[in-house]
Amino acid sequence: MKAKHLRNRWLGLLPLGLILFLSGCGQLEMTVLDPKGPVAESQYDLIVYSLWFMLGIIVVVFVLFAYMIIKYRENRPGRKESDYDPNLHGNTAIEVVWTVIPFIIVILLSIPTVTTLFDLEKPPEPGAGEEAKDPLVVYATSADWKWFFSYPEQDIETVNYLHIPTDRPIEFRLTSADSMSALWIPALGGQKYNMAGMMTKLYLQADEAGTYDGRNSNFNGEGFAEQTFKVHAESEEDFQTWVEETQNEAPQLTAERYDELLQPGITDKEAFSNTHLEYVQHHTKEDAGYVVERYREQFKDQLHLYEIDKQESFQ
Amino acid sequence: MHITDILVTGEPIIYGAMVSMALVGIALLFLLTYFKKWGWLWREWLTTVDHKKIGVMYILSALLMLFRGGVDAMMMRVQLAFPDLGFLNSQHYNEIFTTHGTIMIIFMAMPFLIGLMNIIVPLQIGARDFAFPYLNALSFWSFFFGMALFNISFVIGGSPEAGWTSYTPLSGAAMSPGPGQNFYLMGLQLSGIGTLATGINLMVTILKMRAPGMKLFHMPIFTWSTLVTCFIIVFAFPILTVALALLTIDRIFGAQFFTLTGEGLPMMWANLFWMWGHPEVYIVILPAFGIFSEIIATFAKKRLFGYHAMVWSMIIIALLSFLVWVHHFFTMGAGAFVNSVFSISTMLIAVPTGVKIFNWLATLYKSKIEFTVPMLWSLAFIPSFILGGVTGVMLGMAAADYQFHNSYFLIAHFHYVLIAGTVFACFAGLVFWYPKMFGHKMNERLGKWAFWLFFFGFHVCFFPQYFLGLDGMPRRLFITNVVEWLPLNVISTVGAFGMGLGFIVFVYNVYYSFRYSERETTGDSWNGNGRTLEWATTTPVPYYNFATVPYVDEIDPYVRMKEEGKTTYEESKVKPIHMPSYTGQPFIMMAFLGLASFGLVFEWMYVAVFGLLGGIIMMIRRSFDYDDGYYVPVDEIKRTEKKARGL
Repeated sequence: MKAKHLRNRWLGLLPLGLILFLSGCGQLEMTVLDPKGPVAESQYDLIVYSLWFMLGIIVVVFVLFAYMIIKYRENRPGRKESDYDPNLHGNTAIEVVWTVIPFIIVILLSIPTVTTLFDLEKPPEPGAGEEAKDPLVVYATSADWKWFFSYPEQDIETVNYLHIPTDRPIEFRLTSADSMSALWIPALGGQKYNMAGMMTKLYLQADEAGTYDGRNSNFNGEGFAEQTFKVHAESEEDFQTWVEETQNEAPQLTAERYDELLQPGITDKEAFSNTHLEYVQHHTKEDAGYVVERYREQFKDQLHLYEIDKQESFQ
Repeated sequence: MHITDILVTGEPIIYGAMVSMALVGIALLFLLTYFKKWGWLWREWLTTVDHKKIGVMYILSALLMLFRGGVDAMMMRVQLAFPDLGFLNSQHYNEIFTTHGTIMIIFMAMPFLIGLMNIIVPLQIGARDFAFPYLNALSFWSFFFGMALFNISFVIGGSPEAGWTSYTPLSGAAMSPGPGQNFYLMGLQLSGIGTLATGINLMVTILKMRAPGMKLFHMPIFTWSTLVTCFIIVFAFPILTVALALLTIDRIFGAQFFTLTGEGLPMMWANLFWMWGHPEVYIVILPAFGIFSEIIATFAKKRLFGYHAMVWSMIIIALLSFLVWVHHFFTMGAGAFVNSVFSISTMLIAVPTGVKIFNWLATLYKSKIEFTVPMLWSLAFIPSFILGGVTGVMLGMAAADYQFHNSYFLIAHFHYVLIAGTVFACFAGLVFWYPKMFGHKMNERLGKWAFWLFFFGFHVCFFPQYFLGLDGMPRRLFITNVVEWLPLNVISTVGAFGMGLGFIVFVYNVYYSFRYSERETTGDSWNGNGRTLEWATTTPVPYYNFATVPYVDEIDPYVRMKEEGKTTYEESKVKPIHMPSYTGQPFIMMAFLGLASFGLVFEWMYVAVFGLLGGIIMMIRRSFDYDDGYYVPVDEIKRTEKKARGL
């Protein structure tokens, strides 16, 4: 299983390598093409699978195109009389061929797309020989321009950073306190929208320990660029240690403190030994306007952002 | 109300823009007065109902907007390549990408193509004007005032800053206070009325005013693309009109259609927007396909390959364009089944599009390709567009789209299709039909410079962005704060300036050609290679287009006409021609509605009501207008034709 996967990965690098070579930037390690978990991996496989077809299409069209413009240019030396047929205007056989082939390609692309789509709605399957683990539930709530991560089972909450155990599915329950945003951790998999008054589910998983970048990828106003967070993926034991530490050492999140944090603006990292879920349910219709009703005036203020933190890399 | 309350203050770049706008304005007023051209401007242009002049005004406005949108683009590129300069702050950057997107789609691509349609379609089908010339003028002025309204936002009141998609709840009154977003709503609403009217107008023109004998399947392919586009416009634009109206009512009158409070449905906006927005991208790409088809056939000196397949693929694309809107928000969580359906419908569009690509290639087979400037743009379109097309299919695969969405991969994709498709077509079409419009060609040498600069600039600018997307760079990010992303961004910026340089050479070429190009003597400007009826008219085209309308019963009728030594002009058959009178009413009516829109933007209700009343009075006036136009006497037609044809 693992070996096959590996071979597929290497084969997949071929068309990519070609494109990279063409673009003259072979050194780049690109996040989406360097998956760190099964969800990102399945999307990576799909992308590479499609790239083969795309490369084939590009090669066919480029070759035909080059042939036509070289062979049939008007002033080519040695043009023959038979090279010109001004009334040629159709050929049923060939037209059928070039309608049917793209159709087949669409079918070939549709099948893995649809199966992957259905797979992504479920927690990722455990690897061979491993037993399935219950997903860790994390409520990811976005507010202009920060992230709240609530762990209801552990009864802790973090602001602007995230700890997750490796080799265990994470079930993100996404919602927003105000504008629409999207939770995206490209190393772990694709994104989904956070919307006030609604809840969307996103399953992700990390197989390798490490620190990954996450962000809101959906433009939502002036502080958009600052709405990022780090994901610390660590072993189950390290994760438990961190949870206990937070439960014991982090302060309580009071309703007043939470309201304060919700004001439009940028805040630092923080941790609490309870969650905001006991005060507000942003995903319900009743609480959809929670922030807008309280802080309407503050949306008029400007942040005047000229720069934000520099990062060495984006994993 | 103090003047500084509505003027945008505190931004040096905007002060600069204000000063230069004021200087250009004063210079224009001075020149018009000095050369005593006010009367000329009113009589020949502001009151015209001639489709050719209206088309020229559309194209001039579109070029102006290409400049404005291009400057926006350059500013973004400078900011992203040199994040340490502090050139733009977040807010300013957000305004700029919003106006860039809106202007390029609504006020550049569409009017450019509508301008070309205006001039060429009646000539291609042997008509003397639009079905409703008065309405055509009305359409232009509604677009014009909509454009003007949108553009003044950056000096008065502040520009919109919620993206060209204007997603709610962000674009609602709560999170985007102030007039900026109202400029977007009213500017688009006003110009949208014009687009819708143009759609109806051209549709009726094509269906009812073709030359005798010309069946639908005898029509030139550009006319076909226009007809299909008109159907899309007529079905798609009402959705935009309603969506804009609902959001306007939300913002100005406090309704709760798209708000977070009061059980509004913010996500409904995304649906409505893209139910218009996706057909919209086909509104700007199908005419482009038509233009390329005409040019490739002309300079391959060969009949278009698979004419029927070309037409049917456009019709199928048009139908599918209404069935794919959800692919703009696969990540909204509609579920695997819904995403599967829209994934497949999206990928299906690749089939008819692929058919078209192969038909163009087959048109080149056994042809005699002449590399003129319009042909260069058209040929460059094929490989460039393929790169955008295949990445479009990749984006259509919803499961993979979760990784591409909102990233620079998407940005690269749609610039690849919209620039290599629409913008190349606008340049190609303008250069191709330029002699028909202005009586002289554009200089070929300068034209090639402009082409190559723009072409290489384009690829250098957008190809790296695919990789930025795959590396996780989100769109609409005002600063390149991740060191890894910087090199590709710098390359991209270099390319953008290449495109800018190409545009400057293009504009200089307009001036240069006006001064030095040889004047056309025949109507068949491209070495006698014209295939369709527009080339059978004389240059300059008389205002009534055709003295006698020819009988047409085949594709490319002008090819046979030339073989048989015939022209469209038969002196014995000349009869008086009925033409519409020029009128200032459309201009005045739309000026009033423009004023009403301006009033609504600032929520000055008395101004809005005054403008609206003015508009309604003008409409009533029109209803009692019994001016049926006039007849051009036979003598005058014969005299004009004699002179034009050198008989």
